[in-house]
Amino acid sequence: MKQRIIFIGAAVLLVLVFVFASSSYKTQQTEQATAAATRNKEALVRFHSPTLGQPGAAVHIVEFLDPACETCRAFYPVVKAMLAENSDKIRLSIRYAPFHRGADEIVKLLEAARKQGKYWETLAALLAAQAQWAPDHAAHLDLVWPVIDGLGLDMARLRVDMQAPELTRLIEQDLADAKTLNVQKTPEFFVNGRPLPSFGLKQLQDLVAEELAVKSN
Amino acid sequence: MLFNKPAPPAKNAWPLLFVCWLIAAVSTLGAIFLGEVMGLTPCVLCWYQRICMFPLVFILAAGLFPPDRRVVRYALPLALTGLGFAVFHLLVAEGFVAEALTPCSPGVPCSQQLIVWFGFLTIPMLSVAAFSLVNALLVAIYLKAPQ
Repeated sequence: MKQRIIFIGAAVLLVLVFVFASSSYKTQQTEQATAAATRNKEALVRFHSPTLGQPGAAVHIVEFLDPACETCRAFYPVVKAMLAENSDKIRLSIRYAPFHRGADEIVKLLEAARKQGKYWETLAALLAAQAQWAPDHAAHLDLVWPVIDGLGLDMARLRVDMQAPELTRLIEQDLADAKTLNVQKTPEFFVNGRPLPSFGLKQLQDLVAEELAVKSN
Repeated sequence: MLFNKPAPPAKNAWPLLFVCWLIAAVSTLGAIFLGEVMGLTPCVLCWYQRICMFPLVFILAAGLFPPDRRVVRYALPLALTGLGFAVFHLLVAEGFVAEALTPCSPGVPCSQQLIVWFGFLTIPMLSVAAFSLVNALLVAIYLKAPQ
């Protein structure tokens, strides 16, 4: 009986220590990320970043996104829904963190589509059909073409624009900023410069609601 | 002979076995903390050591209630294999074995020291220490039990 108590006590103690250590580590990480974002305001949004919404919006969401990332795909409709609900109050900027193999080519394709004024519909189409062109956690450019076929893009021009050297520099800049802001996984969100306290849809919605409430007071 | 021995009640071995389990449990939670909370990706050698360490938590716990000395037989193969990987990993990390000879994926080289505590303590060292203690305790339990 005594042995049982010792064993169960030790097991419970170990789990409690683990949970406590995890939560204090996460808190510390969030504080550091907030500090990094405050210190490096210019790294958060660049002039070249695609942006949706009013310039003076109360809440500015910066999303570090990898078009081949499944969780980014899952988040995207929710982010768009938040924008639609508060179209005059929320602004969204996209930064790239193409961590998946081949994802940088998809980023170049997106930026080339942007030159034709079809950025957001291309992004939506790509994410919706992600399973078709990124079946193995790697982006396959050859499988992407059918996905964006119906968007009315000038494909010949798109292929030429994709080769532009400034797109390589743009991706390098975004990756460098991701490193500065300690973005190691996608998607990563900064809401008015504040990172998510812990990862999750609810956490993002709460943080946006919090910032909206602060700004409307 | 080892396999034919009956398993006498090994109450005197219980504290040793408990400490053994404790080391395995702390090592397992530590590895999960490094991997899942701190986000360090385990290299190939780390994975093989995990494969040896994680099951020990459950196998050793099963040997505690009721006290069963035979658990040594089931735990020792894992513990010895784990010690082998841990020692090899330490040699790689300290540069005694060339990186080219190791079965590491290019993403996470086993020779890379991600963490150095107190100026000298690295993850492979902790692993060698944990597996050594587990092995020593298991052998002690085996020797201690009435023949």
